[in-house]
Amino acid sequence: MSDADTNEATESATEPDGDGSGGTFGSAIKRGEDVPLLTGDGEYTDDISLRGMTHLAICRSDHAHARIESIDTSDAAAMDGVIAVYTGEDVVESGVPNTIPTAWDLPGLVQPQYRMLATDKVRYEGTGIAAVIAETPHAAHDALERITVEYEPLEHVTDPVEAVERDVPPVHDEAADNVAFDFELGEVDATDEAFADADRVASVDLRQPRIIPNAMEPRAALADWENATGKLRLWMTSQNPHLHRMLLSAGTLGLPENKIQVIAPEVGGGFGSKIYHYPDEAVTAWCSMQLGRPVKWQATRSESYLTDCHGRDHVTTGEIALDDDGTIRGVRVETHAGLGAQLSQFGTATPSYLYTTVLSGQYTIPAIHCRVIGAFTNTTPVDAYRGAGRAEGIYVIERLVDVGARELGIDPAELRRRNLVPPDEFPYESAAALVYDSGEYERAMDLALDHIDYDELRERQRELRDEDRYIGIGIGNFVESAGLSPSGLAGDLGAQAGGWESSIVRFDSTGSVTVLAGTADQGQGHRTTYAQIAAEELGLSVDDVDVVEGDTDRIPQGMGTYGSRSASVGGGSIARGAREVREKARRIAAHQLETSVDDLEFEDGEFRVTGAPDRSLHIQTIAHEAYLGHDLPEGMDPGLEETNFYDPENFTYPFGTHVAVVEVDPETGEIEIERYIAVDDCGEIINPMIVEGQVHGGIAQGIGAALYEGAVYDDNGHLQTRRMDEYAVPHSTQLPEFKTDNTVTPSPHNPIGVKGVGESATIAATPTMVSAVVDALEPFGVDHLDMPLTPESVWRATEGDQ
Amino acid sequence: MYTNDFEYYRADSVDDALTLLSDHAGAELVAGAHGLLPRMKTGDESPPALVDIGQLRGLDMIEEDDDGTDLSIGALATHAEIADSETVRQRASVLADAAAELGDPQVRNGGTIGGNLAHGDARSDPPAALLALDGSLEVRGLDDKRTIDATDLFEGPFETAVADDEIVTGIRIPTIDDAVSGYRKRRDPLSGYALVGVGVWLRTDGETIEEARVAVTGATTTPARLPAVEDELEGEAITEDTITAASAKAGITVDDGAFVSDVQASAEYREHLLTIDTERALYDVIDISQ
Ligand SMILES: Cc1cc2nc3c(=O)[nH]c(=O)nc-3n(C[C@H](O)[C@H](O)[C@H](O)COP(=O)(O)OP(=O)(O)OC[C@H]3O[C@@H](n4cnc5c(N)ncnc54)[C@H](O)[C@@H]3O)c2cc1C
Repeated sequence: MSDADTNEATESATEPDGDGSGGTFGSAIKRGEDVPLLTGDGEYTDDISLRGMTHLAICRSDHAHARIESIDTSDAAAMDGVIAVYTGEDVVESGVPNTIPTAWDLPGLVQPQYRMLATDKVRYEGTGIAAVIAETPHAAHDALERITVEYEPLEHVTDPVEAVERDVPPVHDEAADNVAFDFELGEVDATDEAFADADRVASVDLRQPRIIPNAMEPRAALADWENATGKLRLWMTSQNPHLHRMLLSAGTLGLPENKIQVIAPEVGGGFGSKIYHYPDEAVTAWCSMQLGRPVKWQATRSESYLTDCHGRDHVTTGEIALDDDGTIRGVRVETHAGLGAQLSQFGTATPSYLYTTVLSGQYTIPAIHCRVIGAFTNTTPVDAYRGAGRAEGIYVIERLVDVGARELGIDPAELRRRNLVPPDEFPYESAAALVYDSGEYERAMDLALDHIDYDELRERQRELRDEDRYIGIGIGNFVESAGLSPSGLAGDLGAQAGGWESSIVRFDSTGSVTVLAGTADQGQGHRTTYAQIAAEELGLSVDDVDVVEGDTDRIPQGMGTYGSRSASVGGGSIARGAREVREKARRIAAHQLETSVDDLEFEDGEFRVTGAPDRSLHIQTIAHEAYLGHDLPEGMDPGLEETNFYDPENFTYPFGTHVAVVEVDPETGEIEIERYIAVDDCGEIINPMIVEGQVHGGIAQGIGAALYEGAVYDDNGHLQTRRMDEYAVPHSTQLPEFKTDNTVTPSPHNPIGVKGVGESATIAATPTMVSAVVDALEPFGVDHLDMPLTPESVWRATEGDQ
Repeated sequence: MYTNDFEYYRADSVDDALTLLSDHAGAELVAGAHGLLPRMKTGDESPPALVDIGQLRGLDMIEEDDDGTDLSIGALATHAEIADSETVRQRASVLADAAAELGDPQVRNGGTIGGNLAHGDARSDPPAALLALDGSLEVRGLDDKRTIDATDLFEGPFETAVADDEIVTGIRIPTIDDAVSGYRKRRDPLSGYALVGVGVWLRTDGETIEEARVAVTGATTTPARLPAVEDELEGEAITEDTITAASAKAGITVDDGAFVSDVQASAEYREHLLTIDTERALYDVIDISQ
């Protein structure tokens, strides 16, 4: 059970409107999927074997930037067990479209060619240049070493500021200055005016390091091309099989969409990295089409480090304008965002719209202006990583509020409080172009601060400083735009895909229920939470409901799982579909009970005639009747299922406050996390245990980014942090106990009042930790420190060497 | 990553293992496999053949000599067995500390002391303990036996004085009654190995430090004794001043360039930590109020 005490203060207008039989919705039901997953019965892509299966290994460049002069594959092709070796030229000659497309356009965007295998130049270490197919994975990998590539090395650049400011050979000729886009949001004049009028200005220069996602299961694909039918079946590690189907069809392979089946079996984590269409699965499929045999590609861990899209990589100057009374007047931000060598699908959306639109944070800020320069660099492509854009934006505003508080000499909690959007201002239209749906920011913040007895702790901090002990209190207030919806708005902003979600709720003829959902679980627990939603609406138990995801032949349409959208958009769709099903069942019940629909009550799955409770029909009996079709209302079609497309009217806006208490040892720079409190408001809670799990994992990743992680490229443009003993993912022993708590402020427009929780804690934890450490270092005159806050960097800061 | 192909042999005696080693050029011993296998997976080592001694019996004992002057530990004793041994805790606590601080339960249950020391990973914990205890390795070849002193063992990163055709059968540690020892480890946040590890061993009469041995691992490219610290301690009264003065010498006998520098910590920072951890390790074993 969760230790979260739920402070339910607001009445929900949009609560699930099932009968609440057995309290299905909202209870901490154990995850049904866990037994197979934990006992090794879960079937992941690499667990699947097909008759005649071959194995693919991809030859990747060890240069950051070079012209390919020649590729000699003859030795490799002659090796025992090697079936074929292909290069990018072979792919070009085959005539497939061979284009990895972006999925988000921006004004003036430069979109260079992005091919399945490079033919002319390699633009980052890890660029795929040739494919070896062999009878075993070992043979395929051994053959890679026998491919000889001659390169003409070119000067490379890995830093986004240098990429646009230094005179370097461009990553792509189409963008001579390496600028992919130059994006602006907000009113520049109004912001300049606000800065001119304000009493004070504080600023911070910061970097948000490049993060490597590190999903537990490295990416994989297994392709089976069926010559006879012209159909491709592709099992792969996907967060969105339908999106992959569409991109494989329209972008890389050119097969009709109805000839592609994408299956995402169990997927071991994604954090964004499995959203994208990478060259690798297209190459896998293409090789299967050449050979008429199944082809499997399983990335090694090192390959994942090198080729999974990285996250973040921002260099930012931020300014905040304040009045002496603590009123925030404006915020001005300029960011260089590293995009890597190619535009991954949401690589453009993440540092533009997803980032700049949350720069108002939880505060009423009348004027905001932000400019983002998206830069090509000779690095692994950068795209959305848990919290995508919103994490970077909240980090900036929270750092700015902290430096503003220092500048004014106001307590950082107090400065936050004075500027929070008050509850009666919702829906709140921010100066950064979003309309926040609902919020009770101060309530969540007070709850978090109460957990640590904030005022007393500040007192104690002062006392301890006199003993040369340095504790720091960090506060992270966040709000995020979740759901990646609605479609119309997304389209206006450049999205090349919709923001809806789709599901089918189906009564089987014997009364069980099948829910087919267009999202795709990678460990989140959809099979449990979705069953809870459907069971609640239909008055059944979760055991009556089977949830199916991740197969485009079974689930006709879907958008997938990212952007904290599954519970709110996917769950919203299921609730709506289930309600339609229930209403059809009600009409059948009324017909057979010879009463009107208005005279029926629905409870525990039973339709009862008001005032004559012994006259009733159970919804599962009605399901049977619906498929018999013997006695249905006039004109009604048989069957009991609904296909639902749910396109939300707005994003949802999860929010909350995290607080960390740390002690820093100035002698060594080591940081001890003493307390960590997370108060999250994700609207209605479907399953508190799962919410708590999401918060725990999110905090771990947020702390990871703050204290440990950060990809490093060396002087040759080689990834220096390419293994688990070179890139520091936090260990469980490095994490403190987390105290989680919730407030519940339902989303007013979501069918079940949920806001989503997938990314919240990652967004909150990073600024919270940095805030805490910098707070501890106040006596040393430290106003800001860049992540990761390694002991060495903290020690240097205490030595006055920032 | 995938390892290169290799042959695998399981030895059923020390002699058998030695024969297998000499019959297969480039073959390597494997005991707990927690040092070698990770390096084979990353391609840092690719032996054509492995000779597995992990199942050999009789090489995992931990015993004191009859006269109580020496402690013998078999090469196949696991880190967990050493950490849990009352004898080691009492006679050579620096080694028990190092074994207890090493890795995680799986690693401690699988990895062996012989494998650890023969491996020569400069980030390992046991080397500092062996150096501080002035221990030695018992080594056998096909035709002979020899002893390698701890101070001669570590030759460079992953290089030790144990020859390719030799087997470490055990370690030997001289023990005396009026000695105290301890190990202080600062974990690399990434690998959990020692970013800096300091082993100290002191013989005192309660007031004066009569003999001192201090050794470092993790911070330097090879584990090493710190003679400047030892000189500063020996013959001095047990006081805070003595400890401060001795710790300040920690970096002095380390050659320029011998401090490790990587993404986690620069050489300068490691040197700084070495001073602090030497001081803290000394405080750990000495009761200053005496
Ligand atoms: C996740 C992880 C974390 C770890 N953390 C730490 C840590 O914090 N601190 C630490 O000190 N160590 C750590 N280790 C390493 C651990 O201590 C290993 O067990 C040890 O380094 C090797 O012992 P082994 O028995 O596993 O040797 P093996 O891996 O079997 O062999 C290592 C090398 O020694 C040789 N060898 C083995 N036995 C003998 C012998 N009897 N005679 C001659 N040569 C021999 C082998 O040929 C090989 O070259 C860690 C290992 C892992 C996998």
